Amino acid sequence: MRPELTLPTGHASSPTDRRLNALLRHLSSSSSSSSSAMDTNNSISPSPTSAFQHDSVFSHVVQAPEDPILGVTVAYNKDPSPVKLNLGVGAYRTEEGKPLVLNVVRKAEQQLVNDRARVKEYLPIIGLAEFNKLSAKLIFGADSPAIQENRVTTVQCLSGTGSLRVGAEFLAKHYHQRTIYVPLPTWGNHPKVFTLAGLSVKTYRYYDPATRGLNFQGLLEDLGSAPAGAIVLLHACAHNPTGVDPTLQQWEQIRQLMRSKKLLPFFDSAYQGFASGSLDADAQSVRMFVADGGECLAAQSYAKNMGLYGERVGALSIVCKTADVAGKVESQLKLVIRPMYSNPPIHGASIVAAILRDRNLYSEWTIELKAMADRIISMRHQLCDALRARGTPGDWSHIIKQIGMFTFTGLNSKQVTFMTKEYHIYMTSDGRISMAGLSSKTVPHLADAIHAAVTRVV
Amino acid sequence: MRRFFTSTARRRCSTKNIAWWDHVLPAPKDPIVGVTEAFHADSSPNKINLGVGAYRDDEGRPVVLQCVREAEARIAGSRFLESNSAAVSSKMVEESVKLVYGQDSDVVNEGRFAGVQALSGTGACRLFAEFQRRFHPESRIYLPDPTWSNHHNIWRDAQVPAKNYHYYHPDSKGLNFSALIDDIKNAPDGSFFLLHPCAQNPTGVDPTEDQWKEISYQCKVKNHFPFFDMAYQGFASGDLEKDARAIRIFLEDEHLIGCAQSFAKNMVLYGHRVGCLSILCNDSKQGAAVRSQLQQIASAMYGSPPVHGVLLVSTILSNPDMKSLWIEEVKMMLYRIQKMRTTLQESLENLDSPLNWENITKQVGLFFFSGLTPNQVAQLAREFHIYMTRDGRISMSGVTTGNVNYLANAIHEVTRSSKEETKILCNIGA
Repeated sequence: MRPELTLPTGHASSPTDRRLNALLRHLSSSSSSSSSAMDTNNSISPSPTSAFQHDSVFSHVVQAPEDPILGVTVAYNKDPSPVKLNLGVGAYRTEEGKPLVLNVVRKAEQQLVNDRARVKEYLPIIGLAEFNKLSAKLIFGADSPAIQENRVTTVQCLSGTGSLRVGAEFLAKHYHQRTIYVPLPTWGNHPKVFTLAGLSVKTYRYYDPATRGLNFQGLLEDLGSAPAGAIVLLHACAHNPTGVDPTLQQWEQIRQLMRSKKLLPFFDSAYQGFASGSLDADAQSVRMFVADGGECLAAQSYAKNMGLYGERVGALSIVCKTADVAGKVESQLKLVIRPMYSNPPIHGASIVAAILRDRNLYSEWTIELKAMADRIISMRHQLCDALRARGTPGDWSHIIKQIGMFTFTGLNSKQVTFMTKEYHIYMTSDGRISMAGLSSKTVPHLADAIHAAVTRVV
Repeated sequence: MRRFFTSTARRRCSTKNIAWWDHVLPAPKDPIVGVTEAFHADSSPNKINLGVGAYRDDEGRPVVLQCVREAEARIAGSRFLESNSAAVSSKMVEESVKLVYGQDSDVVNEGRFAGVQALSGTGACRLFAEFQRRFHPESRIYLPDPTWSNHHNIWRDAQVPAKNYHYYHPDSKGLNFSALIDDIKNAPDGSFFLLHPCAQNPTGVDPTEDQWKEISYQCKVKNHFPFFDMAYQGFASGDLEKDARAIRIFLEDEHLIGCAQSFAKNMVLYGHRVGCLSILCNDSKQGAAVRSQLQQIASAMYGSPPVHGVLLVSTILSNPDMKSLWIEEVKMMLYRIQKMRTTLQESLENLDSPLNWENITKQVGLFFFSGLTPNQVAQLAREFHIYMTRDGRISMSGVTTGNVNYLANAIHEVTRSSKEETKILCNIGA
């Protein structure tokens, strides 16, 4: 690998001189002169200390493909059109198209800043204890027997992604089954998170393109034929990307099937409160499973429902059969976390804890949360009405039937490309739009674009 | 809720399910974090925590730097919602890498590097380890003996095997330089070596400038990949530039290094998890490619780092007044540590300890690698309520004017109580 080069001539830079002198010192027994090394030993192979730059050991590294969701925003930012619309990433926007900091978050943050007694010490490996307790109560219900019996271990993690990854790494190490079933389709990052954690990923049928609703039969068949003990990823509410959720009755059937096959539920709860506007209603699926006394995992994110996207606040809970087991599981979770990032970040969790523990702030939060959810529901109705008013061919009722931030429009990738090119509408190529990116002002433009795409592009 | 279920449903309740986690054993406690836990459990008024390397003032209290308070007041409420505004993150990365590579560094100006923010030093090391595994799957990492205990966990969990190289000489309590050089020479060409650029953790023993030049030269001959874990810039000499000297030597020798940086200690931002990983490349295009791969790895682990800490660091480093204030505050912290070193050494000498304690002031950084045996460490905890890691590493930031005499007495007690151990220490102390 080392090229044979002659010494460079006329080299003036002192680092090179120093290196060459160092080289000479090693090769000759007497101390070297301080003169340039040019006129000495010509049989030296100079490559280790020459100015010639070796190739980086990473020169074979290729550019990674862009994340499809974040790539949408990148493309949007480049577009100079004044009517451009970003319906890609699921971050909430106001009617004015601006990001939103919840008032209650501002208040909590100001409290933290003003409290001069606060310090920036390391959190414990599993994070802020109060945050963990409050998070468990939020998802499982304050009166959950699992909590009261100390059968739940909750660890603070970096938003939903971090909670999923820590949970999956724990399963890959300690659980007897290394296959996880994810719905088809699911959030694009799910398969990557699970695969890198050491699990193998399979899918179960979920979305029915024909009805733009749930393929319940297919779901039951696929889960029914999964090997006993397999892990099953369930979106707690507001399925991403389809917005299609099982009804409570369907959830009950899913629960019965899973318990009979000893399948392990792993909930991803990223939209609690955002789907219906009610925190309790949006946690029903999870609580149903916990109520039957069985075990499960739940990943929670505060990115959307508290608008804390960038602060990376989340929690992983594992509900166990006994308090003793929960304690052992918690100790093993620490071993996953410590070599990953040692301990979680303090800021976001402190904000969440401040809000959840204070009755007034909590109440204010629920109001702001409902307002966000209501605005999204209103956008759904407006878009549906606008399409019907234009006589756009097709049944658009799924727009109001689907739940949460996203609508799976049913548009194909050609139609999506058309809409981006002609109407400057940015969305993921699977036809998913983020309703949070819409406003009353921009609904007509989107409706025009969809109408054009459906009538002109097949 | 069970009473609302039908009897059919109740038969399917999971009371008879396999308990999935019965086989899960309780995990061993982390050696460093476990010390703090033991300390908290102790109710003695005399207790001293010399475990984790988190800075304390002379009253034994954690501090918040003034520059951080100012930055925080400035950014409160002006939050960035999405996972990192690109401008903020690249600003923070640029300012961070300038600290290690130099304000006028060509490498930085020409963009010949890949830089990403990371979850403090741990996160930066883990990102690199995962990247190393992905693109050099057959490689291993050479770690100094001893090193921070979590280094072993990090590379193990990234599935990169580790090997030790000689570093600390327990007899001289200094650097085992010749053995270190031998290990560099004997390792296969193109090996990955982890180096602490200053204030080595746990030993506090750093190579001299000449020794660094030799290490750099030998690494160049062997085409090794040098990876620096810079966790204590500013805590070795008080001078940020001086503490980066080792890295600059390697840059002058045109190594394409990797570097993990932590702002936990020198900005007292432990809980915010702010750090940076950089890898030097041949050109900016390669830098972009490497960066994209690092982001992919991060994205499947935690998405992106928390924005609050990133904003704080970026604000402080980009604002000349705040940066000057920060540099001064780092010096102040170090001066207190150095004063405690001097005081502890003097106290032990005044107690007529037969042992040689000059290493207290010879070693640099936050830690004093005391040479105390595990038995002596246990005795200190048991009888004196003084807590440190089993390897005898003492975090000097836990020492105050108020407790230094108590500590000196305690150390004196345990080191003269065992004749055998004392004899050994005496013989090698000179």
